[in-house]
Amino acid sequence: MSIRNPEIECMPREQIVAMQNERLVAQVKRCYENVECFRKRMDEAGLTPDDVHGVEDLSKLPFSYKSDLRDYYPFGLFATPMSEIVRVHASSGTTGKRIVVGYTKNDLAMWADCVARMMEAVGLDERDIVQVSYGYGLFTGGLGAHGGTEALGATVIPMSSGNTSLQIQTMVDFGATALCCTPSYALYLGEEIERLGLKDQLKLKAGIFGAEPWSEDMRLQIQEKLGLKAYDIYGLSEILGPGVACECECQAGMHVWEDHFIPEIIDPDTCEVLPEGESGELVFTTITKEGFPLIRYRTRDICSLNYEKCACGRTHVRMRKPSGRSDDMLIIRGVNVFPSQIEEVLLRVSGGDITPNYQIVVDRVNNTDTFDVNVEMSETLFADDIRSIEAVEKRITSGLRDMLGISAKVHLVNPKTIARSEGKAKRVIDNRKY
Amino acid sequence: MKVKQLSVFIENRKGNLAPVLSHLSRGGVDISALSLADTSDFGVLRLIVDKVELAQKILSEDGVIVKVTEVLAVVMNDHPGGAAEVVNILADNHVEIEYMYACAGKTLGKALMIVRVDDPAKAEEILCANGFGDTKANEIYRI
Ligand SMILES: [Zn+2]
Repeated sequence: MSIRNPEIECMPREQIVAMQNERLVAQVKRCYENVECFRKRMDEAGLTPDDVHGVEDLSKLPFSYKSDLRDYYPFGLFATPMSEIVRVHASSGTTGKRIVVGYTKNDLAMWADCVARMMEAVGLDERDIVQVSYGYGLFTGGLGAHGGTEALGATVIPMSSGNTSLQIQTMVDFGATALCCTPSYALYLGEEIERLGLKDQLKLKAGIFGAEPWSEDMRLQIQEKLGLKAYDIYGLSEILGPGVACECECQAGMHVWEDHFIPEIIDPDTCEVLPEGESGELVFTTITKEGFPLIRYRTRDICSLNYEKCACGRTHVRMRKPSGRSDDMLIIRGVNVFPSQIEEVLLRVSGGDITPNYQIVVDRVNNTDTFDVNVEMSETLFADDIRSIEAVEKRITSGLRDMLGISAKVHLVNPKTIARSEGKAKRVIDNRKY
Repeated sequence: MKVKQLSVFIENRKGNLAPVLSHLSRGGVDISALSLADTSDFGVLRLIVDKVELAQKILSEDGVIVKVTEVLAVVMNDHPGGAAEVVNILADNHVEIEYMYACAGKTLGKALMIVRVDDPAKAEEILCANGFGDTKANEIYRI
């Protein structure tokens, strides 16, 4: 097993903490001086950077939230002047407004190094040919995996997502040895390859899959169909993108690169830090990021942390695959979907003050997520003629597509048919199995 | 002759139509004409009834989405070409029909046509001028 940076990745715990202490103090100071949102929260809490001496003071600090990214849209949370920002990425927020993140040159180098570490941790090196089938563009997946592959010195095939037959042909012709994409797309590719009888022409040995929840059963299916070992990665654009954490060859949790990120687990209701090993909401502090640093960012992902040294030799903490969310976010076809976004569209279409009653139904059929939105007919949406009602249906459908970037099937249903419990409608039915 | 029509939203699923009709009949509402326009997902049930307000109240209280719209009711002779005659008169005078439906009358030799047009006032005037306007509202329900 090869380790990209043994000195860092296998650093004894006390040295990791010492490094974090130093970096956290500097980061808090930088954020306080340069980020208005953070400074205000510190002031409100009666804190100054001088109150922070190290990791043991982390729990005193105010949290940051996804809504901050909306409130300070687009660049209000950046800690450097725009002249130092060399790239931005964006993803959907909890409402119509996207969230924007920015990177300095150093940030991009750090990001690429994190991804390269994880690639090496799954057994890749400069002789490998990595097909990156995450979307390229504003989404962090494609370019994130791309930069890491280059930093590793392997050959990158910048495929981006879509065009399955070309994906397969490239994989076969170019002799790709590793694949990066969403797990559902990996399974879809596997099924197509099986159908075409091309499995024995593949040279794949490792797959790095993330950006959406997937089950152990899916992992086995992907491995069987593509003849590779499937590894789980974790990342979110607010913190970095792909590369925040990744499984090593031992596949016993995802190593979080603690020289750059400090994870905490809190009780999402009381906001208290939970004892080691307990399951709760994952909170991240980025201690080296320059362009877009975040202190105690609430990821809303529920998981636990394991600080034991891993059999691979790495000492960096391992997080368990998130088991759920502490908010109502759904991941559908790799895209983050919040019920509040759907409400915004419905409110706009109905033109009234009351959001029509609705329900989101998600399922997985043939390894693709289905996404249905049932909307109860109301006085304001109803018209005497079919064409007007169909136009309403179309306005909702296109409104959702514009808001989310994915298509939903919209059904207008009879009033009071969406199940309610204690007077409140059940907003989400997720029939997918993880 | 202008009459009030009830339009009801019906989700296109088995068993969604019957309750609407049975509620009305239990409430003593008599239906003189009915049509159902539908897509694969939903339908619009259109009704001409004797007691419009009562029917609307019964349905609304039951959580049914219902709207009252004004349409034209034309009494015509129930013989071949009877409907064509009405449609032609409207077409010749450039009145656009959004939808229409018809039913045979209770009175022998009469039929009822319900028309929704883009310009109801003009349509009514034209139909009157062509001898289709002499029916009173309460008579519609006896046709
Ligand atoms: Zn390990």
